[in-house]
Amino acid sequence: MSVTLERSRGTERGTGQAGPSGALRRSADWARRAPLLPALIFTIVVTQLPFVATLVISFMNWNAYYPDERGFAGVSNYARVLTDVNMRDSIVTTVILTATVVIVSLALGMGIALLLDRKFRGRGVVRTMMITPFLIVPVAAALLWKHALFNPEYGLLNGVLTWIWGLFGSGNPPQPDWISQAPLISIEAALIWQWTPFMMLILLAGLQSRPLDVIEAARIDGASSWQIFRYMTFPHLRQYLELGGLLGAIYIVQNFDYVFTITSGGLGTANLPYTIYQTFYQAHDYGRASAAGVVVVIGTIIIATLALRTVSTLFREETAR
Amino acid sequence: MSTITDVGPVPATRTPRGTPRRPRKPQGGAALGLVAWLIGILFVLPVLWMLLTSFHSEADAATNPPSLAAPLTLQGYREFFGAGAGTSPWPALLNSLTASVLSTILVLVLAIPAAYALSIRPVRKWTDVLFFFLSTKMLPIVAGLLPIYLFAQYTGLLDNIWFLIVLYTSMNLPIAVWMMRSFLAEVPVEILEAASMDGAGLLLTLRRVVGPVVLPGIAATSLICFIFSWNELLLARVLTGTVAQTAPVYLTGFVTSQGLFLAKVCAAAFAVSLPVLIAGFAAQDKLVQGLSLGAVK
Repeated sequence: MSVTLERSRGTERGTGQAGPSGALRRSADWARRAPLLPALIFTIVVTQLPFVATLVISFMNWNAYYPDERGFAGVSNYARVLTDVNMRDSIVTTVILTATVVIVSLALGMGIALLLDRKFRGRGVVRTMMITPFLIVPVAAALLWKHALFNPEYGLLNGVLTWIWGLFGSGNPPQPDWISQAPLISIEAALIWQWTPFMMLILLAGLQSRPLDVIEAARIDGASSWQIFRYMTFPHLRQYLELGGLLGAIYIVQNFDYVFTITSGGLGTANLPYTIYQTFYQAHDYGRASAAGVVVVIGTIIIATLALRTVSTLFREETAR
Repeated sequence: MSTITDVGPVPATRTPRGTPRRPRKPQGGAALGLVAWLIGILFVLPVLWMLLTSFHSEADAATNPPSLAAPLTLQGYREFFGAGAGTSPWPALLNSLTASVLSTILVLVLAIPAAYALSIRPVRKWTDVLFFFLSTKMLPIVAGLLPIYLFAQYTGLLDNIWFLIVLYTSMNLPIAVWMMRSFLAEVPVEILEAASMDGAGLLLTLRRVVGPVVLPGIAATSLICFIFSWNELLLARVLTGTVAQTAPVYLTGFVTSQGLFLAKVCAAAFAVSLPVLIAGFAAQDKLVQGLSLGAVK
């Protein structure tokens, strides 16, 4: 990249003698921009163009099964998305799933981060153990929960129930069919297991960036542990909580792997990504799938705007340092 | 939030009010350490269970209550890697490896110059550019999936691993730009200038000044991009078929249960996750920086 820089500087010198200084500055600007452009253009082409296309298709009547009926549809796809029972249900499911997983894993992650912030024997080992769930391929993790833990006949959960009841001499342990009795909670449990480490890592980083000298000073001045937590640690952690929650929300809104693997969208667990996948991949209703896609984006923009604001606060603090 | 109070924040030792002594006392700490250990074990238990089951025979894997001490066997792995019926997982694993490694290389090729133009010799309005990259990461993949699919269908790129590589590159580029920027920002610019004034060549400057600061950053960034590409399911599921299918797509073959196959599933799940576990533990220290898009260090 510096090679291009030097070369363009050379041409600057060549043309710069005769040309006005404005042209010189402009070419220097382009020399600065040059290394950025490939990544920028690539990102715009690959991520923004498809979305523009989605926006266009969302106003079209387009079903691959009826290619002759393709045409402009106005807002009818949106009307169908918002009135269709399946679509509305999947919007509600997405909200419940995302909120539950984010809130519970944030709370657990916070508790565990506070525990791991203390010195104790084997802290590194516990931290490593805690990270492990996050490092299982999501499909593999979903398969693990579905077959090895939730299975009513030989899953570990029911196995442990049998074992505990056996300890008390009872031969009649409860053997619930977890996935069919509580499908959404089953998915949420697996997701919480995988996402708590993520929250824990971010909050732990937040805890460890506290100004320890100030806290030590407060302690010497007689502040109680609770006061230190309430008035010093928590306000400091707030932006890390926001960051974890918002980034988690952005990832979990998009979750497809777990819904696909654990219930295949059945039993009222189909979230928007799964429903969109089904609408276009199986029902081939391209117009409606696109309208639903736009709805997801509108929902994400709200979260994303908040997330970007939090990141930029952290970012300004970091660059100001 | 109730968990916070349950678990007990900061030192749990309650000193009588007004004592200016340091309130840390060992016995409360030991109890909380034990709690931390128990929670850690609880979280890692499903993975350990997966590992143990993958080394059991199918008959031992499907008992209730579980048979912990059953003899160990490699049968599950042998079944998964091809001795059993069905298609071999090797092409899928190879596809995943190709897609993850090549997209990671492409990401680095694009991200490092971009990060340079956003930190060492920043363009005007560089923060806006940085936040544009971040905002693309927040656009759900599912929102652009249909046009991507139609484009692939139209151009004959369906079931082509190269198309997936391009998409994975765009998926990881924002993370890599953010991470690399935060690493490059640590390069002391004064030293760079001094080096060039002393007549040090580009290569020498890169090797002596930039390299030591940036190489660990490049390593962490690659590992994180590798993990995200390796894990991806939705794009691969929609865009690939028998030829270019990746390991996660291959795993979806186990979604419906097929008789006694628990050991095989566990072997498959563990084998496919192993590269991610290795990459993740290798990048442990930088993991949070990557996951938070460089916002947290």
